[in-house]
Amino acid sequence: MLGWLRFFWRQLTSMRTALVLLLLLALAAVPGSLVPQRSADPNGVVLYRSEHPDAFRVLDFFQVFDTYTSAWFSAIYLLLFVSLIGCVLPRAKHHIEQLRSRPPRTPSRLTRMAGYRETSTTTDAASALDAAARVLRRAGYRVERFGPAPAGAGAGAGGSVSAERGYLRETGNLVFHLALIGVLVAVAIGGAYGFTGQRLVVVGSKFVNTRGDYDSLSAGRLVNADSLTPYRLTLDRFDVTYETANQHAIGQATDYTAHLTTTIDGTESKRTVKVNEPLDIGGTAVYLLGNGYAPVITVRDPQGQVVYSQAVPFLPTDTDLTSTGVVKIPDGLADQVGFEGLFYPTVGTSGVGGARTSTFPALDDPLLSLNVYTGDLGLDDGIPRSVYQLDVSKMTEVAGRGTDVPGIELGLGETADLPNGLGTISLDSVKRYVSLDIHHDPAQLWVGGFAVLVVLGLLTGLFIPRRRVWIAATETDDGTRLEYAGLARGEDPGLDAAIADVAKRHAAALRPTA
Amino acid sequence: MTEVLEDYSLIAVYAAMAIYTLAFIAYTVDLAKRSAPAAAVGGAGAANAANARAVGGRATALLERLATDAPPAEGAPPAASAAQRTATALVVIGWVLQVTADVLRGLAAGRVPWANLYEFTLTATAIAMGVYLIFGLFQPIRFLGAYITGIVLVLLGLATVNFYVPVTPLPPPLQSYWLVIHVFVASLGTGIFAIGAGLSIAQLLQARRESRGTGLGFLATLPGSTSLENLAYRVILVGFVFWTFTLIAGAIWADHAWGRYWGWDTKEVWTFIIWVVFAGYIHARATRGWRGSRSAVLAIIGFGAVIFNFTIVNLFFKGLHSYSGL
Repeated sequence: MLGWLRFFWRQLTSMRTALVLLLLLALAAVPGSLVPQRSADPNGVVLYRSEHPDAFRVLDFFQVFDTYTSAWFSAIYLLLFVSLIGCVLPRAKHHIEQLRSRPPRTPSRLTRMAGYRETSTTTDAASALDAAARVLRRAGYRVERFGPAPAGAGAGAGGSVSAERGYLRETGNLVFHLALIGVLVAVAIGGAYGFTGQRLVVVGSKFVNTRGDYDSLSAGRLVNADSLTPYRLTLDRFDVTYETANQHAIGQATDYTAHLTTTIDGTESKRTVKVNEPLDIGGTAVYLLGNGYAPVITVRDPQGQVVYSQAVPFLPTDTDLTSTGVVKIPDGLADQVGFEGLFYPTVGTSGVGGARTSTFPALDDPLLSLNVYTGDLGLDDGIPRSVYQLDVSKMTEVAGRGTDVPGIELGLGETADLPNGLGTISLDSVKRYVSLDIHHDPAQLWVGGFAVLVVLGLLTGLFIPRRRVWIAATETDDGTRLEYAGLARGEDPGLDAAIADVAKRHAAALRPTA
Repeated sequence: MTEVLEDYSLIAVYAAMAIYTLAFIAYTVDLAKRSAPAAAVGGAGAANAANARAVGGRATALLERLATDAPPAEGAPPAASAAQRTATALVVIGWVLQVTADVLRGLAAGRVPWANLYEFTLTATAIAMGVYLIFGLFQPIRFLGAYITGIVLVLLGLATVNFYVPVTPLPPPLQSYWLVIHVFVASLGTGIFAIGAGLSIAQLLQARRESRGTGLGFLATLPGSTSLENLAYRVILVGFVFWTFTLIAGAIWADHAWGRYWGWDTKEVWTFIIWVVFAGYIHARATRGWRGSRSAVLAIIGFGAVIFNFTIVNLFFKGLHSYSGL
């Protein structure tokens, strides 16, 4: 049993297995780029489901819509990391021993080693080796002296210097791999202790950083989302600049700036958030990820009593901010009333087909067009409904496209009568809103730190050559024979040149005394 | 002013393409000429190859040779032919034009010229060409001339015909200094991987010739497969470092712009895949049974993924990196 385990462990930690796992990991990452992912593109998944119901069932069974958290993807990278740990730990131990050890004994036959060359000198072996040791030490080698035998031993006496450099190569290699493990662990910790929330904020309104005030919040398993730092953000203004000069980019946004008043610990301050400039507050980062229009709509009953008055965020559907939205009036009118609306910040017609569309994203000539439904909004059965969707299955359209009654159209400040004498509706003003993403990731700096170590480890692990160099001196009848050779430990294209260089320096060091 | 510069830029691109085409032809002539004498001395080629397999030191031997004939060759037979020297001279001219085009585009836009797919292609191919030219000063890689001019021509053709967009201002997500760093280093990595893949292809062809004794004639004038492998490896190591940096810089930027450093966006996925494939390549070198041709295949797959990421993913995949401008 133990034998089997040992066999299995040895297999798993072999380079071959690691390599296969690496390639598998690359392969396994592919499907997630081919089909929409729930994490990045949930709407895409819904769309895929309705377009390819059969394929969806199969793919969903194999967790392809959650590729990067799927059992098989996780299995591959976890095995890879286990393999990595199994490989790196023994290597680290070995390397620590190496770091403490002296360069090994010079091989007896240097002629067989790489970069072999020989010269001769008139200096005696002992001083030649002294010089050799100095030269090598100066070049960053760790040097060990062997011999020579006591002076006067006659011809054939000699010794050698054994030197090694580039220990940093293996250090870098180990740092690289350990830092990768560090990244993985930090990411996991960040996921468990972090949270991400979204909140849509209309100009003039505020957001308080408490669980209940988020539109959506996904928190890690170990987060106590009820104890968030309770700061407050008020959206004072939202500035957008649209391109008007460049004919090829009319209407393209060139700047988004949200002006906020922040209140934390009773201190108020004015701050801004831009797309590439998130706001750091209360241990979170606040990102500006989207924006749109929120028409302020007021509905009155036939007596003129206000039954509804709100800024209703409409979701943009194109770059000129043609937007769709929904208004639900459950109480106050004779019937439950629902509106499906299209909002055009600058109304016009599209070049093709002449359909109505927005032609510029700024509020130049706004128009709100509404289809009206009456009946059951479906709000009373306790099932949560999206505020952006109108369930018309139990409603009747009373004005708009599908009926004889034309839909309601409102310019800025206009009021129209609702069909069937239900009351009136008016478009009082149009406000901007921004959608903010609020993140808390306590491990982010750790991830960054490990990433830096990854790069540093990579650079030292790949580009610092590890090599041994030997210089042997043997006294002969007519002087001292000097032999030079080396050994590459790992990729080392410069070994030959390095040995030549050592020989040259050595010769230079010997010259004055010669 | 913008439009004038933009037009001059485009003219310079077309001029560069015309000259690259001539260079491509000249490089092909060079390869054809290499084939002719090589057939006559086939035995010598095989002997060279055997030598190369025996010792890995041939790359340096060739390096010395090239260093001596970097100024016009003095009669060394397999050294740069007239066709090859002409081709390289043409590439230098074409490259100067292309860099001019790129700079003009940047001046026209008032920012770095790599904010949409057209500009990115223009810059990345210029960098690939620059890497080829500069690297060729130190290593005997001019036989890759036809390969690299061919790829650059195809990409520039795609860029001018299919990817071209007029200069537009930067959308807010791209307004970051990370655009300068992240995209530039990515282009650099791409250019280096292109050279590496070219060497790996040559290595595969050479290895096949060495084992079967037959193959494309000009291969006999190329370094042995082991030398090619060593060279490819060293090139790809540099590319890998740049790619690692691209990945990390991208994550930092993503964290600033999108509020998360990693979200498995399609472009992130493919950048990751490329990174893993090249990590595999590097490990393959240290794995028995994977050195040689198998690792070369990995390098080529890796570069294939780079090209895929750069074209197909940019154009057809939905994701946050939709800055192609198309």
